[in-house]
Amino acid sequence: MGGNLLEISNLSKNFGGLPALSEVSFGVETGQVTALIGPNGAGKTTLINCLTGVIRPDGGAIRFKGADIAGLPAHRVARLGISRTFQNLRIFPRLTVLDNVLCGLTVQAGASLLEALFLPPGLRHRERRLKLTALEALDAFGLADKAGWPVGVLAYGDKKRVEMARAFVSQPVLTLLDEPVAGLNAEETATVATFIRQMRLAGKTMILVEHDMEMVMGISDHVVVLDGGSRIAQGTPDAVRHNPLVIEAYLGRMSATA
Amino acid sequence: MIGWEKAKFFVIRHHTGLMVCGLALFLALTPLVMDNPYNLGILNLIGLYVIVVLGLNLFIGFAGQISLGHAAFFGLGAYGSAILTATYGFPAWPAMILTAGAMALVALALGIPTLRLSGHYLAMATLGFNYVVDSIFVQWDAVTGGPSGLSGVPPLSIGGLTFDSDLKFHYLVWTFALVALTLCLNLVRTGVGRGLAALGADEVAAAALGVDVQRQKNGVFVLSAVMASVAGSLYAHYFGYVNPDAFSVFKSLDLVIMVVVGGLGSVWGTLFGASFITVLPHFLGFLETYMDIIHGVILVVILIFLPQGFVSGLVDIIRIRWARRRLAMDRQS
Ligand SMILES: Nc1ncnc2c1ncn2[C@@H]1O[C@H](COP(=O)(O)OP(=O)(O)OP(=O)(O)O)[C@@H](O)[C@H]1O
Ligand SMILES: [Mg+2]
Repeated sequence: MGGNLLEISNLSKNFGGLPALSEVSFGVETGQVTALIGPNGAGKTTLINCLTGVIRPDGGAIRFKGADIAGLPAHRVARLGISRTFQNLRIFPRLTVLDNVLCGLTVQAGASLLEALFLPPGLRHRERRLKLTALEALDAFGLADKAGWPVGVLAYGDKKRVEMARAFVSQPVLTLLDEPVAGLNAEETATVATFIRQMRLAGKTMILVEHDMEMVMGISDHVVVLDGGSRIAQGTPDAVRHNPLVIEAYLGRMSATA
Repeated sequence: MIGWEKAKFFVIRHHTGLMVCGLALFLALTPLVMDNPYNLGILNLIGLYVIVVLGLNLFIGFAGQISLGHAAFFGLGAYGSAILTATYGFPAWPAMILTAGAMALVALALGIPTLRLSGHYLAMATLGFNYVVDSIFVQWDAVTGGPSGLSGVPPLSIGGLTFDSDLKFHYLVWTFALVALTLCLNLVRTGVGRGLAALGADEVAAAALGVDVQRQKNGVFVLSAVMASVAGSLYAHYFGYVNPDAFSVFKSLDLVIMVVVGGLGSVWGTLFGASFITVLPHFLGFLETYMDIIHGVILVVILIFLPQGFVSGLVDIIRIRWARRRLAMDRQS
């Protein structure tokens, strides 16, 4: 267990006294896709938000490469090489597609306000290189021809891809994808699944939050199941699929909402 | 043919620099055509406001914050230079730098607690700041000269050259304005500028990408305060006197209106915004008593129809139209 890239132990978070996460523990191995599944309100997004410093956990530890990062502010977490996408698409609609993706290279751009004002040749050169990197990432997502467009005009599926490109452009150590296929049609979903598989082959470590079990089965190495803020199961996709607790959590919720 | 391609490449690659050079040339030649001191005076005033509004637009248009107190920084810059030079006989350039440095500290002291808040709180805090500063200008007779202000501020000079006429000051103020323009254009083309635009749009997403939101907000607030202060110092040396009227809360509103007319986040638009609002009263002289109402109406109309501001709002509409058309064409083929 010691070799895990990320080790979450006893992570807890309450919202106004109601537990959204209670004592959740699991580990993420380098180079694997860890799926985080669970019904609505299970605490998946809350967990991602705790990991990325968007919210502060109330208790527990998050060890990333051995160091505890629980409670670190979001920009410090990002500097460690942890990137993410958001469940409800958070791109910058007035910026161009290219600038949105370049925002994913904020850490690499890393100039101070003063340096930026004077734009010394070194920085100018670095900016040019970053632009090429961003264009390559856009190309990989089939968006290169729309680089100069304001992102607001794109179709929803394209916007999602821009956000994915932004999350991957910096060659992050760990990427957290919060429901990357929510709202996409079957064809687009397949494209995203293929992309995640490619990234995995390229050695990327990812946590994939998903509602839909079927989607998760084909592309993850390890599955963690949350329900009501607690981890109710974890294991290989197959083992989890046949776990009676998981089946109950899903079926119970399904029949209640259907 | 090759030469032509090369030239085209050069122009595309350096279009920003070329535009600044073009503007510099235009401004260098303007006095040859427009030698009437009254018009030059207006152009000088525009130059001063351009410096203030460039900084303010970074704060409002890029970082998405609001300040209703920048006339106070402008005024403190003017009073700082006036008091140091006219009252204490300080040399002018060091006084300008000292005042700007002090303004950086004032902005930091004001920004650190208030920039955590957003929207209304920030507007209220900066408005309150302007109100307090304005009251000090009026009340603290012994130092500020009270309602009638201070006079006897010497003109600036470099070596043997004294900027004591509208014509000479024209070259001085526009050198400052063009330097400020270049610095701002630099800034917005880097990761820092994108970070500001990102945090202006969505602080959570920006932070998750590595933008230190509080630090950047404070940084740009300080920068804008320093720019306002420098413009204020220039103002004091240009007119030779300062009085509280020029730095009231209403002036802060005018500055915000200049930002809005120029367009939120549009560096080039700033030139238009500052020019338009400065020139307007000279064209509408007969409506002088209604100027505040006219400004208010302009602000409201622009914010209703082009919430991103006038110039950048129009540019946005064109960009979006164009992209939509391309999108439709793609779908057809
Ligand atoms: N900022 C917040 N304030 C109060 N309660 C919250 C907040 N964020 C989440 N919650 C609550 O915490 C619980 C877990 O929410 P969370 O968004 O983590 O679920 P999820 O597993 O991501 O669900 P979904 O599949 O719908 O995205 C829910 O009951 C939710 O209402
Ligand atoms: Mg969620």
